Amino acid sequence: MAAYFFQRLLQMIPTLFGVILLVFLLFNWVGGDPAYVLAGKFSNPEDIANIRRQLGLDQPLYIQFGIFLRQVLTFDYGLSWSTQEPVSHIFLTRLGPSIALLLPMLILETLIGIAIALAVAYVRDSWIDRALTLTTTAAMSISLLIYIIVGQYFFAFVLGWFPVQGWANHGQSWVRYAVLPILLGLAVSIAPAIRLYRTFILEEMGQDYVRTARAKGLSEMRVMLVHVLRNASIPIITNVLSSLPGLLIGAFLLERFFSIPGIGREVIMAVERSDFPVIKAITVSVAMATMVFNLLADLAYQWVDPRVKLS
Amino acid sequence: MSERIVSFAKARQAGPKSLASIAWARLCRNPLGLCSLGVVVVFLITILASALGLIAQDWDTQYAVSFAPPCWMGAKLEAIPDEVISVTSQPRSGMLDPIEMYGLKDPLQPVLDQLKDNPLQNASRGAPLLILERSPTLFLGADKWGRSVALKVIKGAETSVLVGIASALLATVIGTLLGAFAGYLGSWVDAFIEWLYGVFTAIPYLLLVFAIAAVLQQKGVFTIILILGLTGWTGVYRLIRAEYLKHKVREYVQAAQAIGASDARRMFVHILPNVSHVILVQLSQQVVNFIKAEVILSFLGFGVPVDVVSWGSILNETPNELILGYSWQLMTCGLAMAILVTAFAMFTDALRDALDPRLKS
Repeated sequence: MAAYFFQRLLQMIPTLFGVILLVFLLFNWVGGDPAYVLAGKFSNPEDIANIRRQLGLDQPLYIQFGIFLRQVLTFDYGLSWSTQEPVSHIFLTRLGPSIALLLPMLILETLIGIAIALAVAYVRDSWIDRALTLTTTAAMSISLLIYIIVGQYFFAFVLGWFPVQGWANHGQSWVRYAVLPILLGLAVSIAPAIRLYRTFILEEMGQDYVRTARAKGLSEMRVMLVHVLRNASIPIITNVLSSLPGLLIGAFLLERFFSIPGIGREVIMAVERSDFPVIKAITVSVAMATMVFNLLADLAYQWVDPRVKLS
Repeated sequence: MSERIVSFAKARQAGPKSLASIAWARLCRNPLGLCSLGVVVVFLITILASALGLIAQDWDTQYAVSFAPPCWMGAKLEAIPDEVISVTSQPRSGMLDPIEMYGLKDPLQPVLDQLKDNPLQNASRGAPLLILERSPTLFLGADKWGRSVALKVIKGAETSVLVGIASALLATVIGTLLGAFAGYLGSWVDAFIEWLYGVFTAIPYLLLVFAIAAVLQQKGVFTIILILGLTGWTGVYRLIRAEYLKHKVREYVQAAQAIGASDARRMFVHILPNVSHVILVQLSQQVVNFIKAEVILSFLGFGVPVDVVSWGSILNETPNELILGYSWQLMTCGLAMAILVTAFAMFTDALRDALDPRLKS
């Protein structure tokens, strides 16, 4: 297990190097000279030369790459171009609201998704199953944007059940602000989750051990909840773990509409302001998180299912 | 006995059936698939007509008063049927003209000169007001500037769907080529492309799209197609590589090798037609994904330029309209999107079933 873990860690190095190289080439080579943007409309050559020297842009490309590599390894990406706030500070302070939004969403999605998927898989091909398939298809066809626009207007603006937007400050509780975004995110993500989990569960229900369990005279409840669910939980856990880092960015629309100071909104604002250090830092960090969580998913896979041989 | 011979002869005459005709026959037996295909075709014809300038060319014309409701809702109570707009400007007296004071050149001067030469303006000089006839209601309503929502949504569909199709084509071509090279050639080529795949999938898709959008300052329809196509190839690549790994050891490929077919010929003449069904289904699936991605990008303002209308830029106007109580633009655009996306997704499922019944779950 430990040997496998270290082997996988070693395998991550070339991929991580590739990510750093891709981001570097994108921003330092494709992107052109940001000094002209930073210097503003009325700039003189000295200003531009100054800015270039400050950012290290007067150095050859390989030295610039070395600087970026050191930034990644020390998690010190310098200052934001638009607010002069340290980029690592931006990242760490925006992580909290994003997680406060995502974790409840992911937990609720998994639990509700499993419960509904178990129920419809048990009565598969009945009218309930068909009706649910139809409902999920319809739900998935509507854009996330429309859910948020209508949901925010109706539940927050018209009914006034929730604050229209904002986030807790000065010791206020953020729960009040998080409920509506979490529910809207859930409304969007639950339909594909149910479909996916349903196929996982159906696959397990066709296995021989289920027939054996039934032949032993176990109750249907026990067959479904203990035997089937335990085995179906293997792909479900892998799926949940590996989807986690992507969600960090995926919730950007919710964060933007509800003015939640999270990572996703920060990325959008950074793109709007051409704040390259922030985008670079978030891209590399989220890619790292993705790799780590994929590794965790693999380890969890092996831990839950001893049949899986790690190679 | 003789009947059998006749039917056999008929079958011989018809010749072997092509995959396309078999798939079409299967599709025809699937009513849901045919329905969705019909809807998709109606959309595509509308979009084609709009692209050719046959319809919705005048989407930018202000036909109605601002936020004219759809015709079945009746006219707005406070609406004035003939909106009166003043087009002549009186120089304000008693104020210093900054243009004269600092000797600056007025940047609007050429436009003002043009306006002065405008015969319409000269004609109205006697009567200084120009009266525009604008309708109080409009089929499906009007937007803030009094433009027809129906025409706007058609024009927006043209942008969104064409971007979706073009970027799906680009992504599928890249994914197929890389998948073919990695799967067929193996060794270091495979290792390199697998590394590239690892890098591209380590970064969440939309984050990568945002990063590229931040770098490419030049906005335009081609820029979005390029961004979506260059980042979206990974899914197709994964499947095509697996198919090539499977096919390259099959007998028919070995037979091709035995008669001296080159690697390129084996890859693209022999194997490619046998994996084309996978490519086609992926292409169809990608179109929907890219339409959704384009809508989100344009909504955020990273997509199409301001003078191009897309479903994303239409949706961008709707939150503020809703608060004012005007919901028709959101309804029309949302409904058009939902219908197209559902029909396209159902058609993709039907296409998958028709091309490869074994894949059916």
